[in-house]
Amino acid sequence: MTPELFFLLASVLFSIGLVGLVSRRNLFVLYMSIELMLSSVNLLLATFSKVLGDASGSVIALLMIAVIAAEAALFLAMIVHIYRKNRTVDSDTFNKLREEVENA
Amino acid sequence: MLSLIVILPFFSALLMAIVYLGNTKEKRYFFYTLIGVGTPAVSTILSFMVGNTLLDGSATIHHTLFQWISVGDFNIEVAFMADRLSVVMISFITFIGTLIHIYAAGYIKEDESYGKFFSYFNLFMGSMLLLVLADNPIMMFVGWELVGLSSYLLIGFYHQESSNITAANKAFILNRVGDFGFIMAISILFISLEGTGFTFDSIQENIGMIDPDRLSLIGILLFVGAMGKSAQIPLYVWLPDAMAGPTPVSALIHAATMVTAGVYMVARYSFLYELIPDVGIFIATIGAASALFAAVIASYQSDIKKILAYSTMSQLGYMFIAVGLGAYSSGIFHVFTHAFFKALLFMGAGAVIIALHHEQNIFKMGGLKKELKLVYITMFIATLAISGIPPFAGFFSKDAILVTAFASEHYIIWGVGSLTAMLTAFYMFRLFFTVFHAEPTETKKVHAVPNSMTTPLVVLAFGSATAGFLGVNEAYGGSSWFNTFLALPDAPLHLSHAKEYMLGGLNVLLGLLGMWLAYQLFAKDMREVQEDKIYKKVIINKFYIDEIYTFLIVKPLLFLSNFIAKVMDPKIFDGLINLNVWTYTKSAVLFAKLQNGKVRYYALYILVGVSAMSYYMLFKLGVVS
Repeated sequence: MTPELFFLLASVLFSIGLVGLVSRRNLFVLYMSIELMLSSVNLLLATFSKVLGDASGSVIALLMIAVIAAEAALFLAMIVHIYRKNRTVDSDTFNKLREEVENA
Repeated sequence: MLSLIVILPFFSALLMAIVYLGNTKEKRYFFYTLIGVGTPAVSTILSFMVGNTLLDGSATIHHTLFQWISVGDFNIEVAFMADRLSVVMISFITFIGTLIHIYAAGYIKEDESYGKFFSYFNLFMGSMLLLVLADNPIMMFVGWELVGLSSYLLIGFYHQESSNITAANKAFILNRVGDFGFIMAISILFISLEGTGFTFDSIQENIGMIDPDRLSLIGILLFVGAMGKSAQIPLYVWLPDAMAGPTPVSALIHAATMVTAGVYMVARYSFLYELIPDVGIFIATIGAASALFAAVIASYQSDIKKILAYSTMSQLGYMFIAVGLGAYSSGIFHVFTHAFFKALLFMGAGAVIIALHHEQNIFKMGGLKKELKLVYITMFIATLAISGIPPFAGFFSKDAILVTAFASEHYIIWGVGSLTAMLTAFYMFRLFFTVFHAEPTETKKVHAVPNSMTTPLVVLAFGSATAGFLGVNEAYGGSSWFNTFLALPDAPLHLSHAKEYMLGGLNVLLGLLGMWLAYQLFAKDMREVQEDKIYKKVIINKFYIDEIYTFLIVKPLLFLSNFIAKVMDPKIFDGLINLNVWTYTKSAVLFAKLQNGKVRYYALYILVGVSAMSYYMLFKLGVVS
């Protein structure tokens, strides 16, 4: 097994996550895209740990899995809360940070 | 005592102004007359007392009120100085001023703004005395500006007519041109003295440290100030228009006192001018030119006050001939005698104008010698005095000036002066004969002239007849007491008595010639001057100087202002600024569109930013070799 394949996989995963983040509007899909990107980073860490023979990469990857799990709980709870409040999970409806532009 | 002379008129002006503004409708005739005429009278008595102290031989009196400005070397005190020159000036200013105040009380009696008039009039008295008694050039400048202000206020006193306001503005603006010269001169003087003190005394002591070229510049700039105030070519055009004011104003400000401030200033700086005789000759030349020029115009005017205005300008020209040629005391002597007879002439003219219900054209008067006997006699004395007929005041002072011009070998100036003397006699007797002798063209009802207006005439007539004896020189058996008392640095004269008699005789002859000419032309039947010949047309229209000034200065200035106001400002400057604003607005709208609140767009921006940074790191910083 050459590490290049793992690098390629990590890059593909990250790119899919990024494209999903930019192009989709459903909050769940956005969340999944973010998870995908995080996983790709985890994969990269584990790969480098293996290639370089250093365990600290694997340790960080393990720690991150724990953090990602906690984050998942928080994120899903937030999405449920948003859905209860607005009856939608379309991200484009949440644009309160928008700058109002009058016709000049 | 010295400061009281100056402060009292200011104080009474303020008091009357407050009372007047309190109720502008109420007449309060007694109150205004008491304060308005009383204050100059008190100032007169005080001035005579100061004069008396100096006559006893005591030295120059200084009186400091308080320190006004103190910045480093620049120390200006509100201080007064009474030396012999200023004492002579304040004595006749307050004396004639008081007489004119009494006259004005009769002249302006019917006017609604009686209180306002006396407030302004006292303000003028105070300013003039401040100018004369100033201890340093800065205080003199303050007085100089204040007389300009009160002159402006009084010319525009009948403010209901817009032409009077135009005349007032004209006087103010032309004086401003002169003031520019004055303030430049004192600034250069101050810098050149390098902080060795800035009172007249200390300037006189340290005048030697300034090199002659710079001194000439200062002298010329000071004279520019004098040109404006004393109505000399080329800044004279305001004086004839200033006759729009009430006649007492013309008598006091535009004949007897304010317009002579320029001559006084040159005499005050005599220690400076005696070092630069070339500038003096320039001053004398301007004076001679103004004298002749004004006399020619006066010979063809038909408005009684305009004739007198041009005559004032002409006499001021004489004074500048004198001070320019270094005969400072003769110049001041002419200021002194001129104040008497010119104030008298103006007040007589005012009496005639009142008697004829504000008629000012001399060719509509005629034959008034029976109705206005007292005015007739006093005016006759004044006319003789101004024409230089002995033994009246004008002869001695004018003769002294012409003798100076002859003795200093400036024969052209002397010739112009003598010619002007003849013209003076001509136009003054032309006025006199037309008003009092000639057959009237129509019968008219003559108004009675109040006593308060005729009494000052008698006093002044006495002065016009006798004031000259104060300065009779050696040739005529006197001792030039006036000149000796003034103790100014006069240029020495070397002329035999025989020549002086000859010159005096010539002057009298010329005066009589002018008188005879006027008698032939105007005493029997008068005809208003017609514009039938081209030279008459030019002279009657005052050589079109006003029109030339309008064309050369006013029109281009208006054009430039219009150009700036209508084209440059709205189109070019506003356009540039508006373009800037437009660009900012447009780009702001563009950037605002990026911030649309949608989270995935923000993610895209991050992506673009990170990509750009990565690209930069990879290919420009050479992370990948």
